[in-house]
Amino acid sequence: MSKLLVVAFNESDVSAGAGLAAALGLPYDVLDAVGSHAVADALAPAIAGALGGYSHVAAVSSMRSKDVMARVAGIVDGAMVTDVIAAQSATVFQRPIVAGTMIETVEVLGSPTVLTFRPAGFKGSAEVGSRTPVTADAGQARRVGANERQGGRPDLTQAKVVVSGGRPLKDAATFESVIGGLADALGGAAGATRAAVDSGIAPNELQVGQTGKIVAPDLYIAAGISGSTQHMAGIKDSKVIVAINKDPDAPIFEFADYGLVADLYEAIPALLAAIGK
Amino acid sequence: MIILVPVKRVVDPYARVKPLADGSGIDTSGVKFEINPFDEIALEEAVRHKERDPNITVLAVSIGASECEEQLRKALAMGADRAILVETAEVYDSLGVAVELKAVAQAENVDVILMGKQATDDDNNQAAQMLAAKLGWPQATFAAKVEFAGRTAKVTRETDAGEETLELDLPAVITADLRLNEPRYIALPGIIKARSKPLDRRAPSAPAQSKIRRLKVEATPPRAAGRKVGSIDELVTELKNKGVLA
Ligand SMILES: Cc1cc2nc3c(=O)[nH]c(=O)nc-3n(C[C@@H](O)[C@H](O)[C@H](O)COP(=O)(O)OP(=O)(O)OC[C@H]3O[C@@H](n4cnc5c(N)ncnc54)[C@H](O)[C@@H]3O)c2cc1C
Ligand SMILES: Cc1cc2nc3c(=O)[nH]c(=O)nc-3n(C[C@H](O)[C@H](O)[C@H](O)COP(=O)(O)OP(=O)(O)OC[C@H]3O[C@@H](n4cnc5c(N)ncnc54)[C@H](O)[C@@H]3O)c2cc1C
Repeated sequence: MSKLLVVAFNESDVSAGAGLAAALGLPYDVLDAVGSHAVADALAPAIAGALGGYSHVAAVSSMRSKDVMARVAGIVDGAMVTDVIAAQSATVFQRPIVAGTMIETVEVLGSPTVLTFRPAGFKGSAEVGSRTPVTADAGQARRVGANERQGGRPDLTQAKVVVSGGRPLKDAATFESVIGGLADALGGAAGATRAAVDSGIAPNELQVGQTGKIVAPDLYIAAGISGSTQHMAGIKDSKVIVAINKDPDAPIFEFADYGLVADLYEAIPALLAAIGK
Repeated sequence: MIILVPVKRVVDPYARVKPLADGSGIDTSGVKFEINPFDEIALEEAVRHKERDPNITVLAVSIGASECEEQLRKALAMGADRAILVETAEVYDSLGVAVELKAVAQAENVDVILMGKQATDDDNNQAAQMLAAKLGWPQATFAAKVEFAGRTAKVTRETDAGEETLELDLPAVITADLRLNEPRYIALPGIIKARSKPLDRRAPSAPAQSKIRRLKVEATPPRAAGRKVGSIDELVTELKNKGVLA
């Protein structure tokens, strides 16, 4: 029987799942793992145990879903495709490879099919069937601490506006006031490059790119960012990209819809003034 | 204690690569190959633990054609004690990689598998979790800090919202994220010196049986060319016209 099970780790994954279900042409149910902190070795068997009657199981791409769903695929010997951006049928998928510079089309040959997907490519709608909470036993790994920040800003992966900063932001306080300040004025989220995260300017969960978060806002503002392949991999789906960089030859100007050659410390206050903030 | 570090040979992450004209794969002619950067971080971590604790042995393994010897020699130069090449001309999907790594882990009786979170060419981020499932071992992906105390590993891992800390009884699988460490630089003489360290070759434990077939590889369509604006006012006007600024 062909049917999709969407594992929801966030509330918004339920509607994202509808888009995937429509593209696959399959009915779908939801397995609810929203808010669960169960470790992968406990959650994956619980999900695997719920797969009876489903040909496909999918979750929105995130660090959490990659941790758990690949373990599910290992348990059930599933055919897994990571970061699906489009479906040609229920068995042929497209996904980015080599830091987003190429798109690979793959066919799954086995069952069940295990997917992680990027919601930006799936806008269709479908009625959700059942919604069942997942229950996991205690795991082998023990979660003994967490430092998870709940900022007041919208989630990076879902924000309509993202303002990101790179290496020249100097330190955490400067990043927060300059990048965070503009993000707040625009009601958006703050993001960062790997260089900014590695040097302690921004927290790790703000990293955007090949190996960080993938964003798809209406407006992406990159301030003091050179435009490496790895960073661009995370922002390609933005509707409009604005780059502020003082080097007129910075590679980011090749990708930006609007480029402003300027010192960000002058441009950002001027931008705030121009929009009356 | 034996730490197994899988090492994948990948195209240089800083090289600009293109699809082959017939769309059957990636054009790697004239491109340098490197250890997958995340595997290099995993290797550095294993070697640092070994430098502090002489009871630790670091074993590097790669699955692939004979060219992978180049990356294994580099791994030995970085400080791995020995290396295994599971030699094959076939292409394994992540599940196949997990099956082969499981066979090596069991044959060599390893205590910890420390590997990259993802390969920077295929970007799958699957093999480690599949391997942990097949072995029935606990896993800690996206590690930013790894400590061992007796038979327990304490791992601080990056999450979507920050960090969390897991304790795992060994044996366990751990994957390296960017912030775990900065790998040491190895110059060519170091690689030549490591030639005397043992490198075994063995056949795969099972034939490749991919559940995923690659049909086509094409270049990502470029974004429409943009332009430079002369002033903040011009920028604001354009963004308002596009409807992305209120
Ligand atoms: C010409 C060509 C054709 C291909 N065709 C297909 C195809 O038809 N189907 C398909 O699924 N894939 C295909 N691939 C890609 C495939 O070989 C991937 O390498 C495989 O899917 C493993 O995934 P990954 O390396 O991205 O795993 P990830 O899960 O991203 O890797 C995680 C970690 O696993 C370890 N690892 C992965 N591979 C190895 C290895 N070989 N040796 C040691 N450690 C390793 C590393 O530690 C790595 O950091 C093809 C590749 C080429 C070059
Ligand atoms: C395996 C791997 C994975 C990676 N993953 C990621 C990833 O997920 N995300 C990511 O972002 N990177 C990633 N990287 C790193 C990436 O290659 C780049 O090193 C990084 O993106 C550069 O960050 P940056 O643009 O902040 O810094 P830089 O490249 O140093 O650029 C800084 C820019 O700021 C400009 N500038 C300086 N001062 C000012 C000023 N006052 N006003 C305006 N402009 C100014 C400069 O002209 C320059 O263009 C990865 C790398 C590897 C190898």
